[in-house]
Amino acid sequence: MNLYQLSSPATFYPIAGRLAPWFAWAAAICAATGLWIGFGVAPTDFQQGDAYRIIFIHVPAAWMSMFVYIVMAFWGVIALSFNTRLSAMMAQALAPTGAWMTFIALWTGAFWGRPTWGTYWAWDARMTSELILLFLYFGVIALRNALDDPRRADRACAVLSIVGAVNIPIIYFSVVWWNTLHQGASVSPTGSKMNTIMLTGMLVMSFAAWFYAIAVVLWRVRAIILERERGSAWIAALPGLARA
Amino acid sequence: MSVKGRPEREYRSAQREGHSVITAVATFDDAPHYGALAAIRWGVARDLRLALRSRSELAVQILFYVIVVSLFPLASSPERALLAALGPGVLWVAALLASLLSLSRLFASDFGDGTLEQIALSPYPLPALVGGKILAHWLTTGLPMVVLAPVLALQYGIEPYVLNVIVLSLLLGTPVLSLLGAIGAALTLGARGGGSLLALLILPLYVPVLIFGAGSADAVRAGLSASPNLSLIAAGLLIALVGAPFATAAAVRIALD
Repeated sequence: MNLYQLSSPATFYPIAGRLAPWFAWAAAICAATGLWIGFGVAPTDFQQGDAYRIIFIHVPAAWMSMFVYIVMAFWGVIALSFNTRLSAMMAQALAPTGAWMTFIALWTGAFWGRPTWGTYWAWDARMTSELILLFLYFGVIALRNALDDPRRADRACAVLSIVGAVNIPIIYFSVVWWNTLHQGASVSPTGSKMNTIMLTGMLVMSFAAWFYAIAVVLWRVRAIILERERGSAWIAALPGLARA
Repeated sequence: MSVKGRPEREYRSAQREGHSVITAVATFDDAPHYGALAAIRWGVARDLRLALRSRSELAVQILFYVIVVSLFPLASSPERALLAALGPGVLWVAALLASLLSLSRLFASDFGDGTLEQIALSPYPLPALVGGKILAHWLTTGLPMVVLAPVLALQYGIEPYVLNVIVLSLLLGTPVLSLLGAIGAALTLGARGGGSLLALLILPLYVPVLIFGAGSADAVRAGLSASPNLSLIAAGLLIALVGAPFATAAAVRIALD
């Protein structure tokens, strides 16, 4: 099959429907394994006690929050360059998941900070930029809802997410630039300061977050396709969709 | 009649072979030149003239800035040490809000009466035309704020050496506010939710400017050099100068579709 055919909503809709359950199961298995490693196998940290275990949720969510934005901006670039409907729908489907991941990262971060730093919130660079990221997601979602013409909303949101993507490197390098209360990165490409079993748990949980995001986005993009292409013949011909 | 490169070679070989050649090829030189500088000049001149014709609107925006700055001491305390610490941040936040409020002037009325469509149809490059409008916006909102900052800083008892840095950071930073704001103003043309939507889109993008701008004054107060902060604002200004007119032009075209 020609890969370009996947850019047609009519082709992509059934494929997304077939793929989504697989990713959902993979996410469930990874999450179960990761949580078992994180809360059962991994040893208690000698400095932070058991409070550190929140990183098994916090770090994957924080990674996803930034990664989803980049993917959203990527689909925005594709949508603007090739004027493909499905790319814009993908970007639209990614925004709520990204916002959720950002929210989870902030929320779990607050509950990790309370026992560790003694405060729920500190105006440190990484937390602040994560908060800005949440606002950026809200901005993209709000702009989408404020424009009545979906094609114009597609392109406006694409421009906005590309402009906002400038913020992603600021988040990433903020630790290096401002070097404040937030601890330096524990995981780096050159080597890790973490216990191997903790690292394993965190990576497994990251895979869980990935698979979850993919599954949810595929399901959401199916809903968006149904909504936006409702006038088309292939949707009328879908089995199981009784049309009034 | 200097037609360079391939067209000229084709022209000569066609002549040798005895074909009749449409000499209109040579009008490459005669074609009118739609330069970017002329477009910028036109954009600045037009928007400045329009702004100066509604002077009261301009005055209201600048008064907004003054009033916001004057409210903070009433809300916190008139203690000099506190005010001196608070001052730079207040000046910056007020500049952000004043710039945000004035953004609707940039495109909304032109969009409403169809002028923006005519501007987009012109053969001049749209990013340059839009860039001229942005420059006019900065001259009528950003620059007055920079000029007023020293006067308002008196209310906060800010020392002169800190004040110099604040003025310099505002001078570098307020153009970034106009440039980034223009993208948001163009994206929200005709959208429901108007001003608050624009705030949601644009204020997060303003945050780095705010951090570096207010941070430069803090650095000086702490006895450090302000140049890293000022350099970062300047870098942001350069990026915005290069990118924002094109993004704004794209957003204008999207709005006019």
